[in-house]
Amino acid sequence: MSELVELAQSAVDRALALGASDAEAGAAEGEEFSASVRMREVENLKQAGSRGVGIRVVVGQRSGSSRTSDLTPAGIEAMVRSALELAAITTEDPHAGLPAPEELGQITTDQRLYDPSIANMETDWKIAQAMRAEETALSADPRIQNSEGAGFETHIGTRAFVNSRGFSGSYRTSTCGLSAVPVAVENGSMERDYWYTSAREAARLESPEEVGRRAAERALRRLGARKVSTQKVPVIFEPRTARNLLGDLFDAVNGGAIYRHASFLAGKLGEKIGSDALTIIDDATLPGLFGTSPFDDEGVPSRRTVVIEHGVLKSYLLNTYTARKLGLKTTGNASRGLAGNASVGPGNFYLEAGTVSEQQLIAGVRQGLYITELIGASANTVTGDYSSGAAGLWIENGELAYPVSGITVAGNLVQMLMDLEQTASNLEFRASIASPSFLIREMTVSGQ
Amino acid sequence: MGLSQSFFAVKFGITERDLESYLSEALSAGGEYADLYFEYLANTSIGIDEGIVKSASEGVTLGVGVRVLIGERTGYAYSDDLSPEKIRKAAHVAARIARGPASIVKTGFEDARIHNLYPMITVPHDTALADRVDLVKRADAAARAYDPRVFQVQASYGDSIREILVATSDGRLTHDRQPMARMSVAALARENNGPPQHGYSGGGGRVTLDFFLNEKTPEYFAREAARQAIVQLGAVDAPAGESVVVLGPGWPGILLHEAVGHGLEADFNRKGVSAFTGRIGQQVASPLCTVIDDGTISSRRGSLNVDDEGTPTRQNILIENGVLRGYLQDTLSARLMKSASTGSGRRESYQSIPMPRMTNTYMLAGDSDPEEIIRSVPKGIYCATFSGGQVDITSGNFVFQATESYLIENGRLTRPVKGASLIGNGPEALKYVSMVGKDLKLDEGIGVCGKEGQSVPVGVGIPTIKIDKMTVGGTAQ
Repeated sequence: MSELVELAQSAVDRALALGASDAEAGAAEGEEFSASVRMREVENLKQAGSRGVGIRVVVGQRSGSSRTSDLTPAGIEAMVRSALELAAITTEDPHAGLPAPEELGQITTDQRLYDPSIANMETDWKIAQAMRAEETALSADPRIQNSEGAGFETHIGTRAFVNSRGFSGSYRTSTCGLSAVPVAVENGSMERDYWYTSAREAARLESPEEVGRRAAERALRRLGARKVSTQKVPVIFEPRTARNLLGDLFDAVNGGAIYRHASFLAGKLGEKIGSDALTIIDDATLPGLFGTSPFDDEGVPSRRTVVIEHGVLKSYLLNTYTARKLGLKTTGNASRGLAGNASVGPGNFYLEAGTVSEQQLIAGVRQGLYITELIGASANTVTGDYSSGAAGLWIENGELAYPVSGITVAGNLVQMLMDLEQTASNLEFRASIASPSFLIREMTVSGQ
Repeated sequence: MGLSQSFFAVKFGITERDLESYLSEALSAGGEYADLYFEYLANTSIGIDEGIVKSASEGVTLGVGVRVLIGERTGYAYSDDLSPEKIRKAAHVAARIARGPASIVKTGFEDARIHNLYPMITVPHDTALADRVDLVKRADAAARAYDPRVFQVQASYGDSIREILVATSDGRLTHDRQPMARMSVAALARENNGPPQHGYSGGGGRVTLDFFLNEKTPEYFAREAARQAIVQLGAVDAPAGESVVVLGPGWPGILLHEAVGHGLEADFNRKGVSAFTGRIGQQVASPLCTVIDDGTISSRRGSLNVDDEGTPTRQNILIENGVLRGYLQDTLSARLMKSASTGSGRRESYQSIPMPRMTNTYMLAGDSDPEEIIRSVPKGIYCATFSGGQVDITSGNFVFQATESYLIENGRLTRPVKGASLIGNGPEALKYVSMVGKDLKLDEGIGVCGKEGQSVPVGVGIPTIKIDKMTVGGTAQ
């Protein structure tokens, strides 16, 4: 780990020696493993590791970036010189500098991002997990007649970041995940679906049997889908599709979109923009989750930010640059690969859970759509216009009645946020953006 | 061109003997086939925002992937270090997919390359950085000059050079230098402090900076982005429900990519999970439709001299007069289906396992006059530009998102409508094609196709076509 810090430090030192007024460097290494099985046979095995380093230099008010996978001293030298050369051709930008020294820092408590047992898993054991998940799906029902397979993956990574204002930090992460994709067939119609589990700690994975069972159940319930007629109805997004919509909301509170006036939420700070049920938090400090880190990609400590509280827009999400553009303070949401200007990324960005179960949510709908899949979801963050292909289950008299597909669902986010009537209690953090199921009072469903 | 002139021989001293020794290591546990994919990628990108050149970035990536096949199994490993020990170690890891005595590697290699689709006069890295900065500044100025209602412009220019070397255990050896350049412009417009609207345009291909000086200028893309933003200022809600849909020429060919192309990739059909499985020889589109995937069109974004398995690209007929003709094959699926690779094996990088993928997918021109097609529609929607699409290859349901559309009323384009998703079913949708224009056009060169986490550049194309029935996902009833 310290080797990566030294590598990043050497790049920063070299940049300053060659005339940069400031510099920040990131270095990362990762080891990936994946095993996939299909129809009870091993299909793919992949195992490898890679490393890389990147730098951003600031010269006066200009900046340039470069990255390389050549970690020799000659490779680092070429990278630093390239970044300096690029800085010379950019325009002076008074907001381009690094964070102020007092904004730098990191969380030092254990965030449970690394589980050593993941690096020690035996290949045969990992293959067996995938085999068990697929077997459970294949034997769940005679209509499960095919499979796109099941897979077990692990990733071990280390990330280091150093800047010329005294910040130096690094952290390790681990990830393991298991997925299954069965195919269900009935009367000539064929449907596939998937389920997956993924965690930073091995003990938090769902069992292979659970993954196989849920994947099969999801594929089966899509069989015999109908196309409904075009109408306006209440719509429930289940967690998997709800988080997709949360991703669109993240784009709309991203400081980069705000300062460019490219978001329908620009200029709305402090205003009521959603229903009372709408509370959205971004929290990169929750232990053991995918959006958790000790510091952001500018060396600013991770934190919890209330973005929307009972429908009132409380904060945008910002890095140093977007904060300066808006006359605000960074929220510690800087995000980038190894090089380049930082963009804004989520910590754990989630919609707060409600108190009712998902079943109760469904029970409250007389006629409506329960969305299990969005295809080609497209939100226009500038205007809020929303339109997506969808598949799911039709709700009749408070119950899931029959599958529907080949339809679209459309509305405008401005209205949809106001119409978000209720959230369920089923919030789970499967990725850095998470949401419980929620009910939107009315959207347009297009079909026949 | 022999190995000795290749980038990897010149820069890293790699010899045929080295390649044979790595392939032998890869087959040391009895694999049936092995290949090596060496990749060097250098890219540069420049961005302007608010009239300020805010970003300038370069990157260099280098590595080698080793793949071993045995039956339906694939072993894969890679190294970002080209030292012989590291490559041999990767080969050893990949070899373990098989568990038997060593197989013999054919000695001696033959060059498989047959065409040169992107001759290069200059290498982008020799071009002054200032020329690239000039491109984004010109785009920024042109978008603002187009109309005073344009108030925000972002433009970017990026180019790359990819050097590849592929060596296979059955004696194929190819290397290729693949240029790519792309420019994009996004504009926001507003009227009387009303809500802003967005426009986007971009293009490029396997070209160098010269292309943007001589053929498609920054002003061309900038005006197009600004025009789209201005058009949207007057847009009304898109209709909801089934409608007659007319697709304009060019980028709307994304329909073919989603509705047909993905479902015809051989891996899905070998596994029996595509909605097109077992349908070769069947009528899956109206007889007016002939759909081609062609990796050999000079300078196009989806074109390649050889695919990422070292097989020369070619022109593949997918649908001929409405009848399904063939799949897109890579080496693995072709071996298992007792067929031949169609030059469709592609991968995102040396870290990725190749898969059957599209190159440039388009529909041949018909004989209708495009204006006559629009005149024939009493009520419908005309879609000129799309942002993207997605398909569920198993059910066949696909979606593509229109970003510039107009209502057709009594045979004329009337009002612009807001963005909307269109949804259809692959093996069914093209059966409703009732007119095909004579105006085949390929897209500007911005397509990126994603499959199982791997992104590759692709092209699409289509003439103006009329689809009698498709579901439009707007809000107006």
